[in-house]
Formats: sequence, structure tokens, C-alpha cells
Amino acid sequence: MEVVYERPKSLFPVATHYCPGCGHGIIHRLVAEVIDELEIREKTVAVAPVGCAVLLYNYLDVDCYEAAHGRAPAIATGCKRVHPDLVVFTYQGDGDFAAIGTAEAIHVAARGEKITTVFVNNAIYGMTAGQMAPTTLIGQKSTTTPAGRKPETAGFPIRMCEIVATLPGAAYVARVSVSSPKNVVQAKKAIRKAFETQMRGLGYSLVEVLSQCPTNWHMTPFESVKWVDEKMALYYPLGEFKVPKEE
Amino acid sequence: MEKGKVKGIYEDVIMAGFGGQGLMFIGKLLAYSAMKEGKHVTWIPSYGPEMRGGTANCTVVVSDEEIGSPLIPRPRAVIVMNNPSIEAFEPKLQSDGLLLANSSFVTRSATRKDVQATFIPANEIASRVGNEKAANMVMLGAYVACTNIVSKESINKGLEELFGAKREFLEANMLAFEEGMKFVQEKCLKTK
Amino acid sequence: MTEKRFMAGNEAIAEAAIQAGCRFYFGYPITPQNEICEYMSMRLPEVGGTFLQAESEVAAIYMTFGAAGTGARVMTSSSSPGISLMQEGISYIAAAELPCVIVNMMRGGPGLGGIHPSQADYFQATKGGGHGDYHLLVLAPHTAQEAVNLTMLAFDLADKYRNPVMVLGDGNMGQMMEPVEFPPPAKTEFSKKEWNLDGARNRPRHLIKTLYLDPPVLEKRNLAIAHKLGEAVKNEVRFESFMVDDADVVIGAYGTVARIAKTAIKLLRENGVKAGLLRPISLYPFPYQQFAKVAESGKKILVVEMSLGQMFQDVQLAVCGKTKVNFYSRVGGVVPGYDEIVREVEKTAKESG
Repeated sequence: MEVVYERPKSLFPVATHYCPGCGHGIIHRLVAEVIDELEIREKTVAVAPVGCAVLLYNYLDVDCYEAAHGRAPAIATGCKRVHPDLVVFTYQGDGDFAAIGTAEAIHVAARGEKITTVFVNNAIYGMTAGQMAPTTLIGQKSTTTPAGRKPETAGFPIRMCEIVATLPGAAYVARVSVSSPKNVVQAKKAIRKAFETQMRGLGYSLVEVLSQCPTNWHMTPFESVKWVDEKMALYYPLGEFKVPKEE
Repeated sequence: MEKGKVKGIYEDVIMAGFGGQGLMFIGKLLAYSAMKEGKHVTWIPSYGPEMRGGTANCTVVVSDEEIGSPLIPRPRAVIVMNNPSIEAFEPKLQSDGLLLANSSFVTRSATRKDVQATFIPANEIASRVGNEKAANMVMLGAYVACTNIVSKESINKGLEELFGAKREFLEANMLAFEEGMKFVQEKCLKTK
Repeated sequence: MTEKRFMAGNEAIAEAAIQAGCRFYFGYPITPQNEICEYMSMRLPEVGGTFLQAESEVAAIYMTFGAAGTGARVMTSSSSPGISLMQEGISYIAAAELPCVIVNMMRGGPGLGGIHPSQADYFQATKGGGHGDYHLLVLAPHTAQEAVNLTMLAFDLADKYRNPVMVLGDGNMGQMMEPVEFPPPAKTEFSKKEWNLDGARNRPRHLIKTLYLDPPVLEKRNLAIAHKLGEAVKNEVRFESFMVDDADVVIGAYGTVARIAKTAIKLLRENGVKAGLLRPISLYPFPYQQFAKVAESGKKILVVEMSLGQMFQDVQLAVCGKTKVNFYSRVGGVVPGYDEIVREVEKTAKESG
């Protein structure tokens, strides 16, 4: 019988701790599939963030660091500079990548560090249970913007892809989502391109994945994917912002 | 350290002047040359924003024993190449200490009577032998003539090693150094 | 021994690191230790190593974390305000049990403070500095030559104990030039195969982490680190006893102040005052027993520091009231002169027992 669907070899055969409807499980799987397809499990090093995905290493069967909040790109840099032949990626949430770790995020791209970042933007702080993220939309309620995010006091959401794409060191920058089967397929393509960009030594690669957080958005999973498409993707347009030149 | 309290070879000196007068360099040269003679040496600069254009100084200690303090509150000798430096360091000099001042820039005479003051028109002397920039070497020559802490040959060799291939600089500097030595020796002959 | 080279302390430390096998350096410029960065940027490429100027001290310490996780010999350096910024990362490195060397050329604080020499980071260096239960091993050289030797030793200790090691100097030591020699490095090889990250080829994957959500598990981890440091406390106490045997007054001082104290001791002995120096070389572990011995023999102790009484507390702890401990300090970048130390020792000597 032909196998049409199976667990990627780079994933441990365990259930995740993520809430029902959360996007992280899908994104983990996409990363693992790409690692399998590129046959790089034995030369991949992952750097886990602080945030919901801190336990990434419980699911991904590759060498892993667990970083401090926001510092994953610096750790990845230290590792990659020792072993330029490894494939090193950071997996970071919006607080990690766009708030506390903004300096590291910008400068890893500015240096053109040959690493990849999978940046999961769900517009909320999940692990600490629903506070405002740097990417929380205007008007969006969180436990620290109970009346909705007001720009007068809480400023505006940050579009990281658009910022990073301006830096010459960034070789591949794309924004995707995992809100529908079609978008999941696109997301995997982008993650694969990002890893390939690194492996070809072209520079820094970033894939921002818009992801749903039904728990902290107080929605059903179905409502939450709809919200990604109808609200988030409006402010954070999907697409490729930068691709390696010769393509 | 105070004279008379140390057996063996020991000298300390503070060199001070404008940034760019080459005091840091002659301090290093003195320490380097003494090191090559097998002596213990320390060289320590004043550091910080005041080095840019303002008054800079360095302290050199040379000894045949391991050196404790590289910083000298009451120096045995000071080389001063501008007015702020004589103001700052003449009062710190030990009794009977050596005050070597570049009279091309220092416009006042010594105020203390208990020190051995020598005023040297270092820039004029250096110009005369071909390179006014070597005024620092005139001062170092004077200091070495007074203390005999290193040999002229060691300074020559040290200069060669620190300056590398720049032959013409080397000769002008060495000439200036010798003129500084001569100036002090002639002055001593006159007073004796 | 090779030929003597005339080098500033900062450069000597950088070269010593390279000779000890350090091939990776991450740092951010700050006075008075810029010469370490500059020297590394010039020398590391010559030996096939990597120098990287980070965007901040925060990034620098985590780049150090990343490189240390591969098992490579790696160093970072900074001065007081920058070291404060690194404290989070240092705590993580200690928790992850990664070997690395951190140099702190102390300057006056608190805050931006000044750029002149200080020893006011003693607590930060020896008592942990960051959050949680851990210690750095801390080595405090007092000459450029000793800075070379201790920097080399620092790499070996870091590997041996899988713990960050700090070389603690001050602005004075970094800027001062002295003759130095580079002894051939001890060929100490430490297997890193059990834990380092270099891709999970033909082995189970390795994981470097510091999060333990189950309290009994975290307790066990903390106790294991404490046990390891306990071994270091047993094996790695280093000190110099200078003219202590017949001394009536023993100066307790480290680093730059200790070498100034040596000059003071010479002058005091010329004056008939028997002074000596007990100089901690390792500040963690601290030579408590050696200070206790001095106290038990009835000698008086004078601690001289460029802080408002930090090592002083460790000496008091060691002495436990058995003798009087006097204290003298200059702070804010002011270095105590040997004349001041002479005066203070004479005062201490005259005090009734």
C-alpha cells in the first residue's frame, strides 16, 4: 500500500503541548518536512525561543539550543560562525523577534548572517496568557489592552518583513500563513526556499508565518483562521518581499 | 619611589605635554630599550578623552627588580613639554628630583629651589639638526644623560625596532637624542 | 619561554587567549578595553579564527553562548557597564554549563561612571552577578605577565568545570605596557563529545537548555552545579603570600592595588614596619583559609581596595572576628598611591591590638 501521509522523521512521535487550533503544530511539521526533504537532519541546529515554542526541542529531533528571550539570532550567529557548514535556524514568536529581540533580529539580517528565522506572528503573547504583542492590531483586545490597542498610548503594530527586506544582508524574506490548506502549502514552499537560501550561502532568510491563537483571541479555531485571513493579512500582506537575485 | 630607599637600579619618570609632542612614544622607547637590557619596566599612559589635543602624560618605571607600583605619586624625574605640565608635575617632584623642561614651550622658570631644573630649547635644537618633530628625542636624550638608566646603543636599537624601516626618521631622531645628551653634559661641565 | 614582548595588558590578554586556542571572539567596544577587540580583529583572521563586533554586549554574550555550545574555545570582553548588560547571558551560560572566558577590565561606576580603573565590580563578579544560584570562577591578575598566565588558565578551568570563567582586571592593567612572555599552553584536552552541538550525525541529538519547569528537577540541576563548584572551591584556590611570615600588618589586596601595595611594603620595611601582603589570585574561590590563618597568628589586617568595601566583606567573613580588619579605599577611578598605603599601614600598626 502506498504511504501518502506520515510523520516526518525529524519529529519525535509525541503529542504537542499546544492548544487546540494553534498554528505552531502545523509550522513545526512544515519545518520538519523541509528538513527531511532537504536531508539535512544531521546538520541542522535549531534555536528555540522563549514563548509558546520554548519546548520546540521536545518535538524536533535535531541539535537544539534553548535561547533567552529575544537572543536566538545571537546564539545562532555564534553557532554558525563556528560551523559554517551547518544549517542553523531560529524559531521565534512576535515578542521574541519584534519586541525584546529587535536589535538581534535587525542585526542578524544586517550582517547577512547565513541563518534562517521562522518568525511566528500571532499578534498576542500566548505563553504569558494574552498580553499585547508588538504585532497586536489596532483595536485588538489583549489583557494589557483591555479596551483594544490604541495607537495614542500603545503605538502601532510592527511589520518585520517590510523592515528586514530593506537590509542588503537579507536574501529571502516572505510572509505566509497557515490559515488554510492552500496557505499551508505556500508556507512550506517559503520555508524550504529560506533554508535553501541559507544552504546556498546567499545571506539571511526570514519567513514570517501569520498564525492563529484561538485561546488568547477567545475564538473557536474556525473563527481564528478566518480572523487571520480577514484581519491580520490585511495589515500584514502575504507574499515574498525579497528573493535571491538570480531567481 | 624615594631616593635612598631603594637598593639596586631604579628610576621613575613622568613625561607630560601636549598630545602629539611624542611623549607617549619616548616613554615607550625608554621602557622598551630598558626591557631589551633585561630590566623590569612599566609604561602607563594617562588615558581618556583628555588625550585628544589636551595634556597627555605617561609614567615609566625601570628597575632591576620586579616593579610594584607603576603609578608614581612623587616622581624622581619629570619631563615637561608645555606650561600646564610644569604646573601639574613640578609640585609632585621629589626633593632633589630632576625637572627637565622644554623651554621652547615652557615659558616660566622653576618655582622650587629643591629640585634640579634644566631648561632645554628642545624644538630649536631639533630644528637645528633637521627635524623639529624630534624635540621629544632631545628631551629623552637629556633624561638618559642625567640618569644613565639605559645606554645610547639600546635607545638606538629600540628606535630601529619600533620605527621599522623608516631610515631617515631614525637618523634624525637619533641625532636629536644625541644633541639632548650633549646639551645636558655641556651644562654639567659649565656648572662644575 | 619565548622572547619578551612589550605589550599593553589588553593586548597581552588577547594574545594569551589566541595562544590558549581561542578562535572565536564576540565583543562590543567600550573603554578601557577596546584594545582587546582591536587586537582580536587583527589577529584572529591570521590564525583562521573569527572576530565579530556585535550590536551590543547583550548580543555579544549570546554569540559567545552559541559558540561555546559547539565546544569551541570562545571569549568575550567588556568593561563594567557592558558586563552589567551581559549578566543575563552569563547566568544562562552558567546554567547551561558552557565553558567560556569573559574579561572585565573594570572602570568606575555606578551608572556610566568613568573610564578610569576601579574594583567596584567585585560583588558582581564573585557572587553571581546575574539571577539564580551560580558562580563564575574569577581570576585577578596583578601584572601583564600574570594576565597572560591566568587568561590561558581560564580556558582550561572553563573546560574542566564547564563553567564561565572571568578574568577580572581594571583599566590600569589594560592600558599599562609591560614585558610579557607566552609560555607554551598546557595541552589540556577536554572531551566535549558528550554535549556539544555540531549536528546530530550518528548520535542522538544534543540539547542545550536551562528551563526546568519541574521544581525537583531544577533543584537537582542546581545542586549538581553547586557540587561542581564545590570541587572548584576545593581545588582552585590561588593566592600569593608576600612577606607575610614575619609581618605585623598584612595587607589584603588584589590586582593593581596589590602591586602598589608591594611598593608600599618595601618602603614600610625600610622604615622598620613589618608589613606583608596576602593577595587573592582567585577571587572565586576566595582564599578564606589563608586569611583565617593570618588572623589566628595575631597579625593585623588592612584591606585596600578600589571599591567601598567589597572584598573587605570576604576578608571579614574569613577572619570571623579573630583580628581587627581595617579598610582603606579610593573609588571612582582614583588609584590609591603607595604613599597612602604606607600611611594607612603605619596607622594600623600603631593601633593597640
